[in-house]
Amino acid sequence: MDQLLENFSLDLFVKLTVLFLLLIFLMRRFAWKPILTALQDREESIQGALDAAEDAKKEMENLQADNEKLIKEARAERETLLKEAREIKAKMIEDAKGEAKAEAEKMIAQAQSAIEAERKSAIADLKSQVASLSVDIAEKVVKSELSNKDKQLGLVEEMLGQATLN
Amino acid sequence: MKVISKTITSLSLILLFSLTAFAKGDKKDGQNSHGDPINTQEEINEYIQHHVKDSHDFHLFSYFSEGEEHHVGFPLPVILWGENGLAAFMSSAFHHDDDGKEIVEKGGSNFVRLHGKIYELNAGATEVSFDEAHHPTNASTPIDLSITKSVFGILLLGLLMLLWFGGLAKQYKKKPIPTGFGRVLEPLVLYVRDEIAKPNIGPKYRKYTGYLMTVFFFIWISNLLGLLPFGFNVTGQLAITASLAIFTFIIYMVSGNGHFWSHQLWMPGVPYLLRPVLAIIELAGTLIIKPFSLAVRLFANITAGHIVLMSLIAIGITMQEQMHPVGSTILSFVLSLFIMLIELLVAFLQAYIFTMLSALFIGMAVEEPEHH
Repeated sequence: MDQLLENFSLDLFVKLTVLFLLLIFLMRRFAWKPILTALQDREESIQGALDAAEDAKKEMENLQADNEKLIKEARAERETLLKEAREIKAKMIEDAKGEAKAEAEKMIAQAQSAIEAERKSAIADLKSQVASLSVDIAEKVVKSELSNKDKQLGLVEEMLGQATLN
Repeated sequence: MKVISKTITSLSLILLFSLTAFAKGDKKDGQNSHGDPINTQEEINEYIQHHVKDSHDFHLFSYFSEGEEHHVGFPLPVILWGENGLAAFMSSAFHHDDDGKEIVEKGGSNFVRLHGKIYELNAGATEVSFDEAHHPTNASTPIDLSITKSVFGILLLGLLMLLWFGGLAKQYKKKPIPTGFGRVLEPLVLYVRDEIAKPNIGPKYRKYTGYLMTVFFFIWISNLLGLLPFGFNVTGQLAITASLAIFTFIIYMVSGNGHFWSHQLWMPGVPYLLRPVLAIIELAGTLIIKPFSLAVRLFANITAGHIVLMSLIAIGITMQEQMHPVGSTILSFVLSLFIMLIELLVAFLQAYIFTMLSALFIGMAVEEPEHH
């Protein structure tokens, strides 16, 4: 304790206390205050930037999720569209086929009926020609029979030969 | 630990410089050790004793050649407030006399220096007379306002701190990230704030950080300054450590809140009979033990470090007879290198401990009661 007291100098103590007070005051005023404020500001701005980055990241994730959803939806829609188109195509082909068949059948039927009509008219025509021919022959036969028996016979024969050619 | 190792590496240059400076002194002294009155054990002991105390002049080393002593150093101003008012002169006026023989006449008063202290002779006295305990009987002590070695050290240190940290503060005005030396200082500032002030004080840390930083860097830089071969021993002065401790004491006494004082004086949750006893113990701790331990811990650590370091360096001289000069020099070099490294660590550690404990004491005083 004596040794300690011997080491203690009151003059130095007072001088140092004054100097140290001055130093604390000056350091606070010119160094610590601006330094601490600057550091705090910087930390806050860094924190702010980090938060903003985090937010942006989340937003990006949301956007990406949205995008994926959209893509999925679009894909599904395309799928359905394609399916529908395929169905329509098949139906169209089917329809066209049916229609064509019906048309063809109709045409065939028409043709057949036309042919039938033609045939009928031809037969009728033939019948009437045969009738008039027969009448003509009969007339000529009658005529020649009336004039010359031989000639009438020759004529009938010729006429008959002609008729078979027709 | 990272900070400490970083510190050690960054200061290895200083270490190298200081050791070579010491070694030079050794060599010079070692050359004429025959009949040399300086390199005796008593002289070395005296030198060490002298070094750890404050002094009125800046004494680097002494050597003996051509029959006379030479002192290397430079004088510092002596400013005294005595019976005849202010007197100022350079300490060289004493001619390195420390036994009260050299009388300096200034401002109508006669001053002598005796064991590092300046006395003013009573009017009419022309010589100091001593009592049996070797205390002067016909002299008084004037108020000593001199720029002593420690005061010079503090001024230098304050200037350095203002320059460095003021520069750092200026850098922040221009850009958010400092460059150059500021980059070294910034992590230290952050370290004190985040590792010492914040965890120990709590949410009110900002108010006290300025004081804690000043104390931390003051102690650390002055500890390191003390390791340089210039002979500074600022934090090894009890007056200085006591002053620092009293600052902490005043701060935590003033900022103590009701919660703190109620725990000091009338501890809740303890049987009533025990409360006065606890109050005495708590008050003794707060008023005496805490500041006393703060002051003495720092003073004793730094002074001991200086004495051990200088003693180990002195081995190079005192052991020359037992060992070869080369052997003693190597031994002293290795030992002092080792202790120097430890002292570098201690320099940081003591600054840390002082600041940490100050923060802790302040934190205890401003702590808010927990709400259950």
